[in-house]
Amino acid sequence: MSAATNISNSDHDDHHDHHKETFITKYIFSQDHKMIAKQYLILGVLFMGFIGVAMSLLFRLQLAWPEESFAVFDIFLGDWAPEGVMDPNIYLALVTIHGTIMVFFVLTAGLSGTFSNLLIPLQIGARDMASGLLNMISFWLFFLSSMIMLASLFVEAGPAAAGWTIYPPLSALPQAQPGSGMGMTLWLISMAIFVASSLLGSLNYIVTVINLRTKGMSMFRLPLTIWAFFVTAIIGVISFPVLLSAALLLIMDRSFGTSFFLSDIFVQGEVLHYQGGSPVLFEHLFWFLGHPEVYIVLLPALGITSEIIATNSRKPIFGYRAMVASILAIAFLSTVVWGHHMFISGMNPFLGSVFTFTTLLIAIPSAVKSFNYITTLWKGNLQFNTAMLFSIGLVSTFITGGLTGIILGDSTLDINIHDTYFVVAHFHLVMGISALYGLFAGVYHWFPKLFGKMMNKNLGYIHFWVTAIAAYGVFFPMHFIGMAGLPRRYYTNTAFPYFDDLANINVVITVFALLAGAAQLVFLYNFISSMFFGKKAEMNPWKSTTLEWTSPVDHMHGNWHGEIPHVYRWPYDYSKPGHEEDFVPQTTPLGVNEVETEH
Amino acid sequence: MTVLLTITILILTGIAIWQITKIFELSQIGLKKDDSQIATEKDNDLNGKLMFGFLVFIYIVTIYCFWAYTKVLLPESASEHGEKYDTLLWVSFAIILFAQTLTQAVLHYFAFKYRGINNRKAYFFTHNNKLELVWTVIPAIIFFVLIIYGMVTWGQIMNFNEDNEDDLVIELYAQQWNWKARYGGEDNVLGDANVRFLNDFDGKNSVGIDSSDPNGMDDFVVTQEFHLPVNRKVIFKMRSQDVLHSAYMPHFRAQMNCVPGMITEFSFTPTITTEEMRQNSDVVAKVTRINKIRYDRSQDLISNGEEGLDSYQFDYLLLCAKICGTSHYNMQMKIVVESEKDYIKWKAQQQTFSEIIQ
Repeated sequence: MSAATNISNSDHDDHHDHHKETFITKYIFSQDHKMIAKQYLILGVLFMGFIGVAMSLLFRLQLAWPEESFAVFDIFLGDWAPEGVMDPNIYLALVTIHGTIMVFFVLTAGLSGTFSNLLIPLQIGARDMASGLLNMISFWLFFLSSMIMLASLFVEAGPAAAGWTIYPPLSALPQAQPGSGMGMTLWLISMAIFVASSLLGSLNYIVTVINLRTKGMSMFRLPLTIWAFFVTAIIGVISFPVLLSAALLLIMDRSFGTSFFLSDIFVQGEVLHYQGGSPVLFEHLFWFLGHPEVYIVLLPALGITSEIIATNSRKPIFGYRAMVASILAIAFLSTVVWGHHMFISGMNPFLGSVFTFTTLLIAIPSAVKSFNYITTLWKGNLQFNTAMLFSIGLVSTFITGGLTGIILGDSTLDINIHDTYFVVAHFHLVMGISALYGLFAGVYHWFPKLFGKMMNKNLGYIHFWVTAIAAYGVFFPMHFIGMAGLPRRYYTNTAFPYFDDLANINVVITVFALLAGAAQLVFLYNFISSMFFGKKAEMNPWKSTTLEWTSPVDHMHGNWHGEIPHVYRWPYDYSKPGHEEDFVPQTTPLGVNEVETEH
Repeated sequence: MTVLLTITILILTGIAIWQITKIFELSQIGLKKDDSQIATEKDNDLNGKLMFGFLVFIYIVTIYCFWAYTKVLLPESASEHGEKYDTLLWVSFAIILFAQTLTQAVLHYFAFKYRGINNRKAYFFTHNNKLELVWTVIPAIIFFVLIIYGMVTWGQIMNFNEDNEDDLVIELYAQQWNWKARYGGEDNVLGDANVRFLNDFDGKNSVGIDSSDPNGMDDFVVTQEFHLPVNRKVIFKMRSQDVLHSAYMPHFRAQMNCVPGMITEFSFTPTITTEEMRQNSDVVAKVTRINKIRYDRSQDLISNGEEGLDSYQFDYLLLCAKICGTSHYNMQMKIVVESEKDYIKWKAQQQTFSEIIQ
């Protein structure tokens, strides 16, 4: 393979070092990609993640013990939980904001924001992102968006409560639901800003990967993390604007009397003037983002996992090109499958067949990825660092959750499990838990790079094993509730005596959910204490081959002293015969008789 | 008091975690300090074994769930197409369970088998086109078979013929938060309707029938429950007056969204009457279990001076499966499937639209 030479940015040299940094330019309005990565990690993952998870625990309590009064409800929900009993509208609001925060703020902005920012320049050998200013603006738009979303929690009538998919007319009509007033307005504004932030970030990632690779870093010498972030950014640029347009049209319908999504509506004794629009149009626009969004969340996690599994297996990732091809295939297919969320929406049934076909095709590259991960483990010398555990955990939940997708992706089978708990169980395993595992794996693996400290591995082990057990305990039984016919987003199932025998399963699920929540506190403690009191990290603690481990432990503007490292080989020369060490960094030139690894 | 208790539990949990880390730390005595946060041979050994244990855990959870929870699942299908649905479901389940069992086994077994040992070098293995072709093609073949099977079934369910005049036409009308059902009456034709007519006739026009359409005069609207004659094809026309709802009839393997501004359709033929379904052994067992639960709960309620719960008997249900606001969780209607004779008797008791607006 020829090593295409790209624009070298070595002339873009050390003068960064001599900038005088004030507290504000260093820690707040920083343009340094490493600081921005940390900002995303702390705001997007730790802070928003904590709120999102805490919300899920609140509504899990309600689902397990629907008639009970809880002091925590009284404390956190106040007037929304009169005498400690949760109000149905607030139940829906919690479900909505939990979904929004976890999908967008934690797993899109938090995950991509942290690792794309940290790793793209460091792993391709660039001094920083293509545009530090855009990068900074992207973060602060994200900050603004987060604050508006959180502010909506303090609206008197409650935050948005139409589900994270905010289907109109429910989301469009304040008469239909208290949360569709001010709460929904703030939701829409927050998401519009979020999309802007995400676009700025994505464009920056794309440009950086294309233009700023160091000498020798051809596309097929990129670590799979970079491939994943790169392709994720492309999907984001293609699909997020569609969400923005849907949000804008919805704002028009809500505030300016247009009828894009509304027609023939009678609510609260009054015929509304809307005529000619269709909620199905909104569903198309929403899912044109919504489905690629699943992969925007998942691909970075899979990229991180590829890197960590290879490093800790001390083995090259198996089938590098097949992995790249499957990332590309998944990305392409992800934009043509959105209709599988709409099999029974009233869309033409013929389209159901088309979307079943494209949806089940995605299973093929996904299967290839899973098999390649497994083969990478085969005859490896596995180092069970915490990151490795989470990576294997990801492969496990990706398989378990992905397989039930074969059922949901089939339009016929979707009829009877659509909008039941089966769906909830499926997507939490395949995109929620899997992406979170990828996120945790990334944090444990690159913590030394982020903070120059090591995290406590024993707390990490506890975090992983408790989470792994609890996650299966929560989501495995949930499939059965769904197959028993219980729809999702029910405040309680006591209104139907038919579902009375599901009550004890709900208790089991909630107990495991509380356990999972407690395990995250271990992570939080480990993170914060290691940040301040952790052992000092070495330059390359995991004996890894990629470029980020050649930059100094203490952060500096520009990433490397002197010249930018040159790259001479692909990133997975682990345990290559003919070398003493079991890893050969990308910066090591080929030996005299050495042939570059064919991959 | 609760706050104090919560704090105590949190503190105790903290101490427990701290103590457990001590156990892990014991395995590191005598190691060089700097590497203490990197996995050692002992860590690899322990976690590799735990990986194998986790495989066993996954299997146990799977077996336990199937053993303990299969009984809560839906009973046999009460509609004609539902049997095809169930067959396709169990075929798909068999395939994914097989794949799940196998891949999880290989994944966790490899994690256990190849747990790290110092001074062992991993096998340098970058790619193998033959192998990769095999595991691209095999899933592809399986998925193609499933796709074709699914598409054929989907076509059979959704491509229903609407020309037969014997088929019963029923409108399911959704609103926040109840259901109504409208029958075509003697002519079995639904009159035109629109939400603009809802306020006509002092609100007696509960689903907005257009009074200028003669077809609508003999229509009748029912609430709370609707009846279906067994073994006769029903064509449902769904409408909603306010927000999205979803007409979900799990026992018939039937669901379709109700969309304001448009009419959606679904069709099935009920094959088992309500009475027959109540005799079904799965349903009998389920109802017995539910009544036991309700009896226990009633005892608690009565001892608190509240009213007990009624005992439960099985009925087919129409539920709302699309988030629709406050009482989404309680939007229900009873479906009664009965003999043609009983159905005609029931139908004769209903008041037609022309009678109501007089």
